[in-house]
Amino acid sequence: MSEALNELATLLEMRMGDALVSHHVAHDELTVTTTLSHLVKLVRHLQHDESLRFSTLVDITAVDWPGRRKRFEMVYHFLSMYLNHRIRVKVDVSEDEIVPSITALYPSANWFEREVFDMYGILFSGHPDLRRILTDYGFRGHPLRKDFPTTGYTEVRYDEALKRVVYEPVQLVQEYRQFDFMSPWEGAEYILPGDEKKEAAK
Amino acid sequence: MMDGSKGFDDALTSEQRIRNFNINFGPQHPAAHGVLRLVLELDGEIVERCDPHIGLLHRGTEKLMESRTYLQNLPYFDRLDYVAPMNQEHAWCLAIEKLTGVEVPRRASLIRVLYSEIGRVLNHLLNVTTQAMDVGALTPPLWGFEEREKLMVFYERACGARLHAAYFRPGGVHQDLPAKLIDDIEEWAHEFPKMLDDIDGLLTENRIFKQRNCDIGVVTEQDILDWGYSGVMVRGSGLAWDLRRAQPYECYDEFDFKIPVGKNGDCYDRYLCRMAEMRESVKIILQAIEKLRALEGQGDVLARGKITPPPRAEMKTSMEALIHHFKLYTEGFHVPAGEIYAAVEAPKGEFGVYLVADGTNKPYRAKLRAPGYLHLQSMDYIAKGHQLADVAAIIGTMDVVFGEIDR
Repeated sequence: MSEALNELATLLEMRMGDALVSHHVAHDELTVTTTLSHLVKLVRHLQHDESLRFSTLVDITAVDWPGRRKRFEMVYHFLSMYLNHRIRVKVDVSEDEIVPSITALYPSANWFEREVFDMYGILFSGHPDLRRILTDYGFRGHPLRKDFPTTGYTEVRYDEALKRVVYEPVQLVQEYRQFDFMSPWEGAEYILPGDEKKEAAK
Repeated sequence: MMDGSKGFDDALTSEQRIRNFNINFGPQHPAAHGVLRLVLELDGEIVERCDPHIGLLHRGTEKLMESRTYLQNLPYFDRLDYVAPMNQEHAWCLAIEKLTGVEVPRRASLIRVLYSEIGRVLNHLLNVTTQAMDVGALTPPLWGFEEREKLMVFYERACGARLHAAYFRPGGVHQDLPAKLIDDIEEWAHEFPKMLDDIDGLLTENRIFKQRNCDIGVVTEQDILDWGYSGVMVRGSGLAWDLRRAQPYECYDEFDFKIPVGKNGDCYDRYLCRMAEMRESVKIILQAIEKLRALEGQGDVLARGKITPPPRAEMKTSMEALIHHFKLYTEGFHVPAGEIYAAVEAPKGEFGVYLVADGTNKPYRAKLRAPGYLHLQSMDYIAKGHQLADVAAIIGTMDVVFGEIDR
């Protein structure tokens, strides 16, 4: 399995060397990293090259890494039903960059890109219909960003007096329980309550 | 020419001019299979444009998962495709097992196959019979649900819950199956084909059913690639693509089963595929039972180690086991940093989990790839040019469940 993937990677590097930033095989999966400007070219090559034939777009998603210089990472998964192999393509995207849409190559990218826009606020150029998809009509913010609270900002209820649904700021009757399960023996970077004096004594 | 005049200008007095008609299909419509809102633009009875509005059942599963431990996240998978819950859990367990490098014991692996196939029958029974209801037949769902009830009792006897099982665990399955339960499943598997024959007799040659399904929603090979179809949507058009065969996971490679394919790629062929797949599932169930009874099929159902709890009996005497149990259910286990995409052939198609682990006890990011999401996306493409009544048949054949689409 891994040898076949390594061969695939070598082949890809030979043909599309300038588009690849890096590639590696881990857990029997091939991951290649490319740049925004080469993305569409690479994807088109993956789709049309006879020895690759990544005919199906499996998934598009993003990951938020707030600490990085380029905050987001777009992740594309492709599958070849004919040659039975998979590939993952990754692109780093900063907050102010616009990602070229691949809907022209894979029509199925449409909703995936809408979802990434909805959840992360990443914009796509050349997308036919970039609307929110999963969140409420008139929703604000991008929920899967790490700085978006899990509880959200607004809550809805039906108001008996107004006879309609009203939006209100979230009010928690009980503090949101975000437990820290990290073991104090294994690299937790905080001082346990009561241990402050001990630290000072040292 | 949005006024419906189709290039003719002999009917353009203001009284005669016909406008296209926009209707809302759902979100409260019995044939919408959940909370789907379709904005349909109709020219008479012909669908000109179809805009699905989804997200009415969005619960933010992926966001919630980021603040819970790996084990606490498992029950969320039951709530995705709630028609066949265990198949989803399977993908999550596979992802964790691949990252941690845990080998599942043989008995657990067989039980997983057994229950995945029960899940497939659960799903196809619901889909075939409710699709028949959408096109006008009332009896099949009544018969199908009777059978589903029996299967849910098997779920209940294995894990204590009829729907939200949380039975597959990273490293195996939660508990072993009692011998009586295996006997009962076998008995059911011998009787079930008769029930399928009954449904067959009601639907397969039924004139109304054929009129409503043949040549409706035809899917070609190019459509499959363009819209990223998987599962029966692919097999109905003649491509024998099945992850159980193409990229075997668990121990599917040692089972003997056929992959039914259709010829025309219409709703009717997909119905036939689902019926045939149920019969194949029954074969797999019987084989799994035989293997479970064999000597190699005996043994533990959990890979004892860091990610699974110690046996109850050991906890009574061993301090370390007790500490391990406590730590496992409070802090949870840690998954080494890395990323993985694990996919299973769920009844609806390829269900995948893309998991990014950062070495802590919680996933950094988990993306759930639901087959129904892609199927529903092509609604505009497939439904265009069909009659309004066919929309219900197409939604039914796409096998959409909003638990997994909206997440």
